[in-house]
Amino acid sequence: MAVQPLLALRGISKRFAAVQALVDVELEIRAGEVVALVGDNAAGKSTLVKVVSGAGPADRGVIEWQGGAVQIKRPQDAQALGIATVYQDLAMCDNLDVVGNLFLGREIHRFGILDEVEMERRTRELLDTLAIRIPDVRVPVATLSGGQRQVVAISRSFLGTPRLLLLDEPTAALGVEQAGQLLDLIEQLRDRGLGILLISHNMGDIKAVADRVAVLRLGRNNGLFDVNTTSQEQIISSITGAADNSAAHRPTRPEEAWP
Amino acid sequence: MAVRGRGPRARARTRADETTSKDGRGDDTSRDGRRDGRHDGGRGEIHDGSHDESHDESPGQRPGGLRWHSGRLTDRAGTLRAYPGAVRRGLRGLRGLHGLRGRELGSAPALLALGITWMVFQSLNDNFLSPRNLSVLSVDIVGTGMVAVGIVFVLLIGEIDLSVGSLAGLAGALFAALNVNLGMPEWLAVIIAVSCGAAAGAVQGFSFARIGVPAFVVTLAGLLAWNGLMLYLLGPDSSINFSEDGLVASLTSRYFGSPVVTYGLAALGTAGYLLVSLHDRGRRAAAGMPYRAVGEIWARTVLLAVVAFTAVAVLGRFEGLPLALLIFLAVIVVTDVLLRRTPYGRQVLALGGGVEAARRAGVDVARTQVSVFMVSGTLAAVGGLFVASRLTSASQVPGSGTLLINAIAAAVIGGTSLFGGRGSTWSALLGVLIIQSIASGMALLGVEPPVQSMITGGVLFAAVVFDSLARRAAESRGRV
Repeated sequence: MAVQPLLALRGISKRFAAVQALVDVELEIRAGEVVALVGDNAAGKSTLVKVVSGAGPADRGVIEWQGGAVQIKRPQDAQALGIATVYQDLAMCDNLDVVGNLFLGREIHRFGILDEVEMERRTRELLDTLAIRIPDVRVPVATLSGGQRQVVAISRSFLGTPRLLLLDEPTAALGVEQAGQLLDLIEQLRDRGLGILLISHNMGDIKAVADRVAVLRLGRNNGLFDVNTTSQEQIISSITGAADNSAAHRPTRPEEAWP
Repeated sequence: MAVRGRGPRARARTRADETTSKDGRGDDTSRDGRRDGRHDGGRGEIHDGSHDESHDESPGQRPGGLRWHSGRLTDRAGTLRAYPGAVRRGLRGLRGLHGLRGRELGSAPALLALGITWMVFQSLNDNFLSPRNLSVLSVDIVGTGMVAVGIVFVLLIGEIDLSVGSLAGLAGALFAALNVNLGMPEWLAVIIAVSCGAAAGAVQGFSFARIGVPAFVVTLAGLLAWNGLMLYLLGPDSSINFSEDGLVASLTSRYFGSPVVTYGLAALGTAGYLLVSLHDRGRRAAAGMPYRAVGEIWARTVLLAVVAFTAVAVLGRFEGLPLALLIFLAVIVVTDVLLRRTPYGRQVLALGGGVEAARRAGVDVARTQVSVFMVSGTLAAVGGLFVASRLTSASQVPGSGTLLINAIAAAVIGGTSLFGGRGSTWSALLGVLIIQSIASGMALLGVEPPVQSMITGGVLFAAVVFDSLARRAAESRGRV
């Protein structure tokens, strides 16, 4: 079934000084699907997220959004397309309160004066919609727990009603229960038709929510698997390099790798 | 290709539901959860390969740390619990239902210090709180205070501007040189002097934001260079006297004596505050959000009225309300609104909370940084004109270093953090009042200038120690 992918990366490469972080990486994400991006340390996962989110544009390669090539040079470009990102380090301003962080960079104002009331109202509304509970939206996020900060970071990505959500290690800072609830949320969002790119180390999480798994190894594609038909061992060996999927070494159309 | 069948899950859904059902219970869980659940979260380091570690901590994390699926309304006590016990008890009375909370200690310590300073000096010398001395004080603070307001902007983004003293001196010298030596009209000379401050700030800000030179070094170079330019402009006499009846001189020599005007202004300010508070309350109430109690708004208004009318009454017994003080207050109110109530101010504060976070959120970091240094340079020039106005001459005085040190000290003593992200322009007023009160009090007592310096240094040290302790306390309960 040929469905136009929401986002397609073609031949993405990026270099940091002497380190070739990404080499000809290919990736496709469709609406209503969760793609897990896995890989060992320094595989280039976070770099790839930054390429898509505009925080660290690629040196080479093409980004296609709904079939058309686009330029993502700045975070604003990605936001404008409908790509929302939750970074691994959450990237929040600790001195601002929840409302301030949520609306940072897209403040609502009337005649140049911040409309705190409207922003707070929308914050509460958004948290309610996502069934998220934060004790007080007017405390600096520095005083929130790791889990609460995580939810704030995720809810922030919803303000622009995104089409694609990038989640970099969203469960790393969470306990078992919280992680479970987060995965529920991811499923809800997928069912609403969002495309989701999930970076995770946790095979349990991946098995639970992902549709497909893309493996990166040393900055290259090293396999693309269907979660339901692939064994965990197969994925892990692909991560560690025990199974050197030739996909990394020849320019493939990603479709070939899908069962 | 929307939704497909899902594979089996292995997740503790039942435990999650139990968590939810406990929601209604106390906030202690939430607080513990906050402490236990706090994880470094990556904080810029790569977390690869650490999934074991992150799940190891889950037993320690109480269920309350993160609560979903509950529509229960915000518990106000939860906010206060975030603060250390003693502070919390002390602040519970002071803290408003919304607004003050979450703003750390705010200006309370500085107000306390000012009160103590005044009481000590008044007990040592009856003339200290006399209308005459307070009137002189209220004009003396303005030059340094203006510079300090600019410093607050720079401190808020976590940087420093060492050039403000020299820029103040340069603005005075430039004004005098243009006006006296070249015969330029005063208003034009003022505009050029202030623009020069803004331009100097822009150059420094650009070097810092775009080229990446540390602000400390850029502005240190500025300190030397602008000071040199000032000396060059002042010429061999090292000072230029200007008209005592002109525009600039009148900045610090004009007083409003008419009670109608002075009390009218006090009433206007108080009424303005009341109306804004009530309007805000009304909007919040209409939107179904927590709002301040009417009683609290009235209490604050009455407090403001007492301060405003007392000040007007006391100053009225000498020469009246100084124009300089009025301009200073206006600048503070405008910059405070700018910082707290506009998207621009929000972005300035965000830079103090995390440059990278702000950048990813779409804030134009470099532009904001340059603008902050421009504000600092502009206000330094304005402050320099006030200092020159006080002496009716442009001299080396502002460039001597005392002005720079006092301005930075004032901002910090008033409660603006050296670490960025915390503070308001009101701290410039409070801090400069404290510093100038100490100077004035010691002058009344006949204390030698060297001893004055030592004592002022001690106060600054105490303020910085306090700031650092506050930061550490904040770190121990969360991140700053």
